[in-house]
Amino acid sequence: MKSLEELKEIREKAKKRINIRSGGEVEEVRILVGMGTCGISSGARETLNSILAEVNERDLKGVYVTQVGCDGNCHAEPIVQVKIPQQEPVLYGKVTPAKGKEIIEKHIIKGEVLQDLIIGRAFHE
Amino acid sequence: MVNSRRLHMLVCGGTGCQSQDSDKLVKALDLVLDKYGYKEEVEVVKTGCFGFCEKGPIIKVQPDDIFYVEVKPKDAKRIIEEHVIKGRRVEDLLYSEPAKHEKVEKQHDMNFYKKQMRIALRNCGLINPEDIEEYIAVDGYLALGTVLTTMTPVEVIELVKKSSLRGRGGGGFPTGYKWELTYRNKHDKKYIICNADEGDPGAFMDRSILEGDPHSVLEAMAIAGYAIGADKGFIYIRAEYPLAIHRLNVAIDQAREMGVLGKGLFDTDFNFDIELKYGAGAFVCGEETALINSVEGGRGEPNAKPPFPAESGLWNRPTCVNNVETFANIPPIILKGPEWFSSIGSEKSKGTKVFALAGKVNNVGLVEVPMGIKLRDIIYEIGGGIRGDHKLKAVQTGGPSGGCITAENLDIAIDYDSLTSIGSMMGSGGMIVMDEEDCMVNIAKFYLEFTEEESCGKCTPCRIGNKRLHEILTKITKGEGTEEDLERLVNLGQMIKESSLCGLGQTSPNPVLSTLNHFRDEYLEHIINKNCPAGVCKGLSNKS
Repeated sequence: MKSLEELKEIREKAKKRINIRSGGEVEEVRILVGMGTCGISSGARETLNSILAEVNERDLKGVYVTQVGCDGNCHAEPIVQVKIPQQEPVLYGKVTPAKGKEIIEKHIIKGEVLQDLIIGRAFHE
Repeated sequence: MVNSRRLHMLVCGGTGCQSQDSDKLVKALDLVLDKYGYKEEVEVVKTGCFGFCEKGPIIKVQPDDIFYVEVKPKDAKRIIEEHVIKGRRVEDLLYSEPAKHEKVEKQHDMNFYKKQMRIALRNCGLINPEDIEEYIAVDGYLALGTVLTTMTPVEVIELVKKSSLRGRGGGGFPTGYKWELTYRNKHDKKYIICNADEGDPGAFMDRSILEGDPHSVLEAMAIAGYAIGADKGFIYIRAEYPLAIHRLNVAIDQAREMGVLGKGLFDTDFNFDIELKYGAGAFVCGEETALINSVEGGRGEPNAKPPFPAESGLWNRPTCVNNVETFANIPPIILKGPEWFSSIGSEKSKGTKVFALAGKVNNVGLVEVPMGIKLRDIIYEIGGGIRGDHKLKAVQTGGPSGGCITAENLDIAIDYDSLTSIGSMMGSGGMIVMDEEDCMVNIAKFYLEFTEEESCGKCTPCRIGNKRLHEILTKITKGEGTEEDLERLVNLGQMIKESSLCGLGQTSPNPVLSTLNHFRDEYLEHIINKNCPAGVCKGLSNKS
């Protein structure tokens, strides 16, 4: 180990790998993906992984992607809910992997809700 | 793979959970994940101890913050099918608070964790202790790098002094002053020793830190070495701690390879390396002079002090001996500053303390709490109350060197000085909770049996005095004691305390004196009515 900079470089790389483990520590943005049988058969796993890849790609801190069970909106799967602290949760339906990326880009980063994807504003967790 | 997988399953790999097949659980999880094709999305990590040993093996699923308890290898399939694939909690594996009988999903909502504050245990249950990169990810070796590249040894010592950190092994001596004393004794060769000879019955604070976060101790030893002017450190560890030894060896190898141990660290002229020395499990070797004798290859017997190790220690060189938990506090103190550390705790005891909570309490395990917390909070909030709704009788702190605290003192603030003021002591952190089914005479006898066996025999008061104390206690538990025996216990106890050579003898009568002080009636009941109210002493009647 030659310098602090070298150490910090290793740290940043390793941090990306384990950041996810601080879930529950502080106030955070949660993205919930419905993964009931209906969700999975409509491609929720692909959507989830594409959202996660986007979060990783953009190196977003304090944003956690979690899977949840079926909430009953089976007709609109895959369902994705965005929960931002102090804001009303937003429920999106028929979220394809591409739409998933759009949610990150617009809703999470720019704060613009994707109006035409919304199916409701309440959800359980 | 640089990017995080979507789920991390943190499985406790401490000794407690491993003894309940957590290793098999890890294998089973990997196997099932592979079978369902989820291996690329989920990472199974074997971490250090979560502290919640009562309900092991533990799995924490992140980022969901879901905490599963008492998980068997056969549950692996269910957890993967339900939680990983379908996003549903496995209800029956969630923890249920003893008082409310309600399921609690998240670790942060559990009473056991709510009142805890983790500094020494900060990485236990969070990182894989056998992966140095994970330690670096949580700012590992950043304190060492900062110290070596931006601070002088004197500045490091001043910083530690300012934090008011006191030794966590039991003595409570201010760590910064110990470093300063060793720094001031000029010599071409000095040593750092980490005392990992944890010996109190039921205590496993240090073991868990070494198993769960070995690098934090290595890093702190190097920092201490820089501060006092030593280039060599020894960890004196019990051979009965095979998992801790294994993880330390892995950590030392990785640290050398990474270049955070060895020569010219951070491109300075500072060299530091660490070697393990195995102890054979003698309690007295936790005493620093006996420990040093043992490292040198001699008998584990204490020497008279002075000279203190800071003047003449290992191979007659100035030596600084610190405990595992003390070391684990050092890196955060350097990184967050002494003001941060001294803002935690009570007036004269700063920071946190790790306790091994054991005995008749619902949540047996390892807890780290800020100094000054009430004993009541530890037992009833974190500990979940007394088992089977029995009544609390006493709490033994400080192990065989400590004393008992009774229910009247439940609201005392736990710190070094308050415990001493009520006739007990902080010790290294053992905390044994007793209810009305525990006989205090028998408890005192148990500890005396321990110290009698562990006395090294070098000085007479300890060697013979403790034997006599034990004999008198045995007599009383058989119903053959007399009232004069109680006076004898007190006189002999005082004599042993005042005339013994080392800390072992100087404190060994404490359990007798303390129980006698608080529970004299129970002693008299054994002597006069030949009755053991707790029903423990065989051959005596049992009327409460």
